[in-house]
Amino acid sequence: MGFGPYFLLASLEGLVTAAVLTLTALGLSLVFGVMRVVNVAHGEFFMLGAVLAWAISTAFAGHPSIGFAAALLVSPLVVGGVALLAERLVLRRLNYDPEATIVATIGLLYIVQQLALTFYGPDARPVQAPFNIRVTLPWFGYSGYKLAVIAAAIVLVIATWLVLTRTKVGLVMRATQYDRETAQAFGIPVDRVYAGVFALGAMLAAIAAVLVVPIQQAHYLMGRDPLLLSFIVVIIGGLGSLRGTVVAAVLIGLSDGIISVFFSPTLAKMLATLLVALVLVFRPQGLFGAATR
Amino acid sequence: MMPGAGSRRAVALHLAVIAVLFALNFILPEYHRGIFSRVMVLAVFAMGYNILFGYTGLLSLGHAMFFAAGLYGAGLPLYHLGWGVPESFVVGLACGVVLSAAVGVLALRTTGVAFMIVTMMFSQVFYLATLYFTTYTRGEEGLVLPQAARRVELGGVALDLTNPASRYMIALAMFSIVLLATLALVRAPFGRTLVAIRENEERMRMLGYDVFRAKLSAVILSGLFCAASGAAYALLFGYVGSGFASIQYSILPLLWVLLGGAATTLGPLIGTLFMFYVIDITSAYTSAYLLLVGVALILLILFFPRGLLGSIRERWLPWLP
Repeated sequence: MGFGPYFLLASLEGLVTAAVLTLTALGLSLVFGVMRVVNVAHGEFFMLGAVLAWAISTAFAGHPSIGFAAALLVSPLVVGGVALLAERLVLRRLNYDPEATIVATIGLLYIVQQLALTFYGPDARPVQAPFNIRVTLPWFGYSGYKLAVIAAAIVLVIATWLVLTRTKVGLVMRATQYDRETAQAFGIPVDRVYAGVFALGAMLAAIAAVLVVPIQQAHYLMGRDPLLLSFIVVIIGGLGSLRGTVVAAVLIGLSDGIISVFFSPTLAKMLATLLVALVLVFRPQGLFGAATR
Repeated sequence: MMPGAGSRRAVALHLAVIAVLFALNFILPEYHRGIFSRVMVLAVFAMGYNILFGYTGLLSLGHAMFFAAGLYGAGLPLYHLGWGVPESFVVGLACGVVLSAAVGVLALRTTGVAFMIVTMMFSQVFYLATLYFTTYTRGEEGLVLPQAARRVELGGVALDLTNPASRYMIALAMFSIVLLATLALVRAPFGRTLVAIRENEERMRMLGYDVFRAKLSAVILSGLFCAASGAAYALLFGYVGSGFASIQYSILPLLWVLLGGAATTLGPLIGTLFMFYVIDITSAYTSAYLLLVGVALILLILFFPRGLLGSIRERWLPWLP
């Protein structure tokens, strides 16, 4: 086999990573953009979504697609509920102070992780894909489910974008992001917007997790990498900029897929992290920050 | 702090704490003496963190890298090159200073949330590096420093670092030096400059202070203390592993300082000691100690942001440094 097939495979794998990453990072970016809160527990919402997906889909007998559909519906709702509870009980009382909320979400991270270990256990468990179709490509057959994940991510990103730009809810969210106090003065229930945004961010991570479990098994430590990668995406894309987030996620997902096919994954992660830290130091508005402003 | 009765009381209090710790060496049962040795070494880590977080107001999420720089800086030469204990310790300190200077120059260009993320990422790079160079570090599994190498000849007296009594005394000596150094620092003009920067950075800049230089000095001093703690940990307890560079070891000093009281000289010791015993006692019933760490972090930040000593200072003892 020549270079071509390898490259196509790497690009496809990269696109799947990018799809999942876009959804996860979109959640983180929304929360940061609107609330100015850095949610360190975002990766744990992702993990919780995956673990719940396993629990729900195994509860259903019969065709795997029934369990999967149930998981896709229920798991994000439960995760959103958990996020809502955390927001009401903890973040709101801290008045969304950036440093205090980071410490609190670190605490939340440990709690969720430990509870998952206690009740779910240390094993990685698979969830069956809802369908099993192979799509024939020039050099090899490729999993139809993975292509469906890419399509689903595109649909969800467009839907989020439409909600943000075309609906009243989106307008209220953008107004709150633009200027919290003025929004409050115009009668926008900023408090409820914050709660909704935090839950929505967690739900996006959970949806991404449910989509990924048939490809990657559910494990109680699986939230670490998505958290780090989402941070990288949000920083590169410019903190709080949605368009930048999507562009950066596709870029990073693709390069991650391609790099890890050809290089050592630890070295790749190391260099990527260093590079992103330097971006944050020398270009704090992100690589695309200026363009989207 | 004004010189006077409060100042003399503060010095007396610190000397008394050191004296009590000295006496505990002869009183404590073996198991608890071991815990106290470990707590004193790790309290130095927390005190280093406190310089930056408590006094300068910079929240770093990457201090594991400074601790690990000392740990590996001391452990690797001892293990691979057969160096003696004092030389290895000095190498550990030097690694901490160099790393903190480099990280400080870069990270201090950012503020607030970006500073936290940048320090966390640099620390993550360090952690991944310890995994990548697994030929020398053995990654997560780590290195066990040979017992025979952990001896010092000091003026004809041979000190065995594996002996619990000498281990306790060395830990106490280092702890006392760092504690008194912190006390001196807090009362010196430089310490007050740091506090003033924490309270109002813009005003300090307007008054003509070189804010960047003061903050960089604080980062380096903090890195030096943390590296001293890491180097001592490697030499005294004989284990060097990637786990100490992981994000968890960046969070722990934050927890200890928050618990004991940020910007108090004795808070880091109290926080470390308290958390160690909480985990020790609860681990008899459950292995879920991370749950405890999480709950403690949230409760502290919600209801007790000043920590134990911070609250005591606010209510009863305003002279506490």
